[in-house]
Amino acid sequence: MKDAIGNVQRIVVLGGTSDIALATVVKLTQARPGVQVTLAARPSERRAAAAAALEARGMQVTEIDFEATDRTSYERAIASVFATGGDVDVVMLAFGLLGDQERAWQDVDAALALVQVNYAAAVACGVLVAARLRAQGHGAIIAISSVAGERPRRSNFVYGSTKAGMDAFYTGLGDALERDGVQVLVVRPGFVRTKMTAGLAAAPLSQAPEQVAEVIVAGLRAGRHTVWAPPAMRWVMSVLRHLPRPVFKRLPV
Amino acid sequence: MDSRRPLTGWGRTNPSVATVHSAGDDAELARLVTEAGRRGVLARGLGRSYGDAAQNGGGVVVDMTARNRVLSVDTGTALVSVEAGASLDQLMRLLLPLGLFVPVSPGTRHVTVGGAIAADIHGKNHHLDGSFGRHVVAMDLLCADGTIRRLTPESELFWATVGGMGLTGLVLRATLRMKKVESAYCLVDTERCADLDDLLGRMAADDHRYTYSVAWIDCLARGASLGRSVLTRGWSATVEQLPRTLREHALDFRPKQLAVAPSVFPSGLLNRATVAAFNEAWYRKAPRERRGEIQSIARFFHPLDAVAQWNRIYGPRGFLQYQFVVPFGAEETLRRCIQMLSDTGQASFLAVLKRFGQPSPGHLSFPTSGWALALDVPIGAASLGGLLDRLDEEVLAAGGREYLAKDSRLPASAIARMYPRLDAWRVVRRAADPHGVFTSDLARRLGL
Ligand SMILES: Cc1cc2nc3c(=O)[nH]c(=O)nc-3n(C[C@H](O)[C@H](O)[C@H](O)COP(=O)(O)OP(=O)(O)OC[C@H]3O[C@@H](n4cnc5c(N)ncnc54)[C@H](O)[C@@H]3O)c2cc1C
Repeated sequence: MKDAIGNVQRIVVLGGTSDIALATVVKLTQARPGVQVTLAARPSERRAAAAAALEARGMQVTEIDFEATDRTSYERAIASVFATGGDVDVVMLAFGLLGDQERAWQDVDAALALVQVNYAAAVACGVLVAARLRAQGHGAIIAISSVAGERPRRSNFVYGSTKAGMDAFYTGLGDALERDGVQVLVVRPGFVRTKMTAGLAAAPLSQAPEQVAEVIVAGLRAGRHTVWAPPAMRWVMSVLRHLPRPVFKRLPV
Repeated sequence: MDSRRPLTGWGRTNPSVATVHSAGDDAELARLVTEAGRRGVLARGLGRSYGDAAQNGGGVVVDMTARNRVLSVDTGTALVSVEAGASLDQLMRLLLPLGLFVPVSPGTRHVTVGGAIAADIHGKNHHLDGSFGRHVVAMDLLCADGTIRRLTPESELFWATVGGMGLTGLVLRATLRMKKVESAYCLVDTERCADLDDLLGRMAADDHRYTYSVAWIDCLARGASLGRSVLTRGWSATVEQLPRTLREHALDFRPKQLAVAPSVFPSGLLNRATVAAFNEAWYRKAPRERRGEIQSIARFFHPLDAVAQWNRIYGPRGFLQYQFVVPFGAEETLRRCIQMLSDTGQASFLAVLKRFGQPSPGHLSFPTSGWALALDVPIGAASLGGLLDRLDEEVLAAGGREYLAKDSRLPASAIARMYPRLDAWRVVRRAADPHGVFTSDLARRLGL
């Protein structure tokens, strides 16, 4: 149960090895040790390392298996999280695939893989989590979207289209859950230097996961529905969205 | 008449959504309790606890205020039976004309008898009369199994319910021993105190002479004037002590509401500058010393009630109240806490200092002998959480505790250290409510 200051007691991360999610957990729990954190992800060394890093900061970490391409897996994972233990204050939806754009727009399997994880599983998990938080009468969902969903670009429009879909779903979910005491925060980061983008050339306004975490925690405490990271991205995207197509296409983005 | 809606405490922080059910008759409530779902049931009075004590996210919250009848009055014995949703305001309006005053009055009249029992509230007379539970002769408690038990102070469940924050059941009715008074006025002595030593010295020296005693400390005064304050103490006035003009209607009680705070206040209206200016004016306005002034009960006990919904002035982010008691002998802790608050300049109106007397037998009852300080703090400054966590450590180190009816942010780890009888309380509660039907956001947050 969170408190009046914004201290949380229990956090669940779906996609528990996400750099942005882990930085957010650290930031969110900084003030007090002992917060319970569940990392739901594929069993891996990275998950174990993430758990160890959070434990070293005084958190009580539980690892559970979670596979976004497998409905039985994510249904079971979410059910087990809510079956025991205290109320969940925050669920972070942080799994996602960047994929290979050039394959993705020409190969059905590659396209469906992105759709399956970034959109279909994101929506399904949203449905499952929403029902539980409603029943609690309080809680928050942080959904990691992307500016790539705001205006499709030639360089990653398949990924962008899945994020546009999940972004729309979570934005609407926020409205649907408003009367149930549940906050949904949609996060639209620009380029973040993470494992997901390792090897890509950093775009302008690129940032570290910690900077995104900062924006997320501030938005959560202020009761926001959408945040951009860095915040200036909001205005950049607003301009980009309105650029005529011929101009937009020639931009190096 | 159920409605699902968000609820907060008086501090307007951290809402949760519950099914709010307006209390019907005993049989209907018994059915509600025995058919409770996984998220349980909780009684709510007038929502004057500051934090999440009267919230039950996802569950049922029973609004008790519909059950507010006075069932019997005996002016001879001063015993009064009421339904638990009756407010102290109502009791004063009805019973002062009969010469009966509530045995314990908090800083607002707008609390219910049920809320007063559940928080085992204290007033300015704690050093003499103890807390509210001591003046409860009997009560009817609707328990988790749907039965109604008549509890008296001989039973353990009685004392687990007094101060039990609604977690043992629904208090339906109570019989209270009121205080006989001759008038609805107080005879008040006011003194200005230059600093904390001056204040504590005066309180320790002759508080015992007064029925009621409280000090207002300017938390923004620093350095040599740290703890500068106004001490007000008094007695219920006899008819003879009243000026002639008041004697004929000595028991009249018609408090006026002067204003209602508007619903929209910007955040940050109260900042260090505005509060410091207010505090300065307030201190200067108080007489250096004035003896034997006649004040109405409303003015002496409930100055804030003159402005309805004043909690709105803290803006949309809300505020919290930090209240702790430390034992006598821990004056240095008290000084350090006031110092820490004044150093960081977290804007606060005035802090209230009381001297508590003997503790109550209630397992989770807050008052224990010592110095009790309470102050309001707006939510806002990022450093607030850390500051209050450090204050907790000071309070704990001195063997003190904080008040659950005010709390909205304690870490669960602090509770057992503050309330050594928590385990004993849990045993009684588990026996009465093995499945934890009665629960609240506060109970979940603190792992009660
Ligand atoms: C301006 C102000 C000044 C105050 N001054 C003081 C003071 O001087 N001293 C002091 O001690 N307190 C003080 N308080 C706190 C207040 O007295 C307590 O919080 C009190 O419990 C509020 O009563 P309520 O009816 O509003 O209860 P609520 O806030 O609605 O509920 C408080 C608790 O009581 C339980 N409860 C309510 N009714 C019942 C019932 N029928 N059966 C079982 N449980 C029930 C609830 O479950 C909850 O846990 C002050 C509060 C304000 C806003």
